Amino acid sequence: MSRLETLDTRGLLCPLPVIRTQDKIKTLAAGMLLDVFATDPGTLHDIPAWCRVHGHELVETEREGRDIRIRVRVCK
Amino acid sequence: MAEQRKAVALISGGLDSMLAAKVIMEQGIHVEGINFFTGFCVEGHTHAIREKDRAKPKRNNALWVAEQLGIKLHIIDVIEEYKDVLLNPKHGYGANLNPCLDCKVFMVRKALAWGFMEENGFDFIITGEVIGQRPMSQRKDTMPVIARESGADDRLLRPLCAKNLPPTLPEKEGWINREGLYDFNGRTRKPQIQLAESFGFSDWAQPAGGCCFLTDPQYSAKLTDLWKAHGHRDYELDDIVLLKIGRHIRPAPNFKLIVGREEGENNYLEGYRKQFISLHPVSHRGPLCLIDGTPNAEDIHLAARIVARYSQGKTATQVCVAVQQPGSVAEEMSVVPLPAAELSENWHVSA
Repeated sequence: MSRLETLDTRGLLCPLPVIRTQDKIKTLAAGMLLDVFATDPGTLHDIPAWCRVHGHELVETEREGRDIRIRVRVCK
Repeated sequence: MAEQRKAVALISGGLDSMLAAKVIMEQGIHVEGINFFTGFCVEGHTHAIREKDRAKPKRNNALWVAEQLGIKLHIIDVIEEYKDVLLNPKHGYGANLNPCLDCKVFMVRKALAWGFMEENGFDFIITGEVIGQRPMSQRKDTMPVIARESGADDRLLRPLCAKNLPPTLPEKEGWINREGLYDFNGRTRKPQIQLAESFGFSDWAQPAGGCCFLTDPQYSAKLTDLWKAHGHRDYELDDIVLLKIGRHIRPAPNFKLIVGREEGENNYLEGYRKQFISLHPVSHRGPLCLIDGTPNAEDIHLAARIVARYSQGKTATQVCVAVQQPGSVAEEMSVVPLPAAELSENWHVSA
């Protein structure tokens, strides 16, 4: 099972959640999973776009009220 | 086989930087983008807040450009470092609080430092600058200033106007064919649009007033007011984000109201209730308001009357307003909504 890390960006507005995700992923090994927690609806667009640009896999997104969770698999 | 050269492109999300990167990619250069977040970028923040902006595409234009080009984009947080650029611009400000020339020097210097780190190994930097396009930073006499003061010197290539400038290192070394570069000049957008069409681009961002809030007179007026009220020229990220939200009303030097204009702004201001005195009408629908400063009891009463004036009870004889100090229980007060004639135009913080 892949190791799962988490990143809390709740309260931050884009592009800061993207920047925090980018910086966190630099520290992770290929195959690891990262759950990004956010409240800015912009992350639902921007983090998947960032993943496409950098070749990481968007595993799933989940939204409940204002709370957003985005799971990314690190690919290097 | 010749080594593939690498260029780092400053990507704003607009058309010019997109074209500059594409022109260089067409010459077989490996290009990656870099984008700096200063806190004043029109990108981000606002689309998450205002209801009226929710119909617009929720895209980060720099990321969108990177996707169109098929390049990586590195977004860098420069909020802290940017303070010195804004507060102490060596070359001064433009029409508002926009330190465009210092800003461009800073960004090219940052791109140079990032791109030339051993692990990144880039050979030169490209920007979408065009001579005469902007009154401060994109002039024939200021372009060499950017190259010199950033330390990039001849490693800074502007593909869209390179033919109007001396050859740069990538041209002299033969990495780039100068004939494949352009000689755009002035404020006209026609050559860029023709070039975009030739590349098959049919969509690009065209932000009115550019991509920086500091070029906006209303925003600059609010920032000037903030510095005056705080007694010093400094800011934190929350300060500059809040300047983008709501009506800013300053009835007296010691306090200012930030009044939400719509549900999206009210929701966003909710997040600041632990830091500011907050008011909202309870007998009628109406905005959330934060108070920045050190109001006395009389000031808070006036603030409540202003909040009532922006509520659906503005014509009522009395409106009940909840007032909450950070960390305390809200107290309710009944007030007469302030008549429009008593809300001085001078209280509105704007240019």
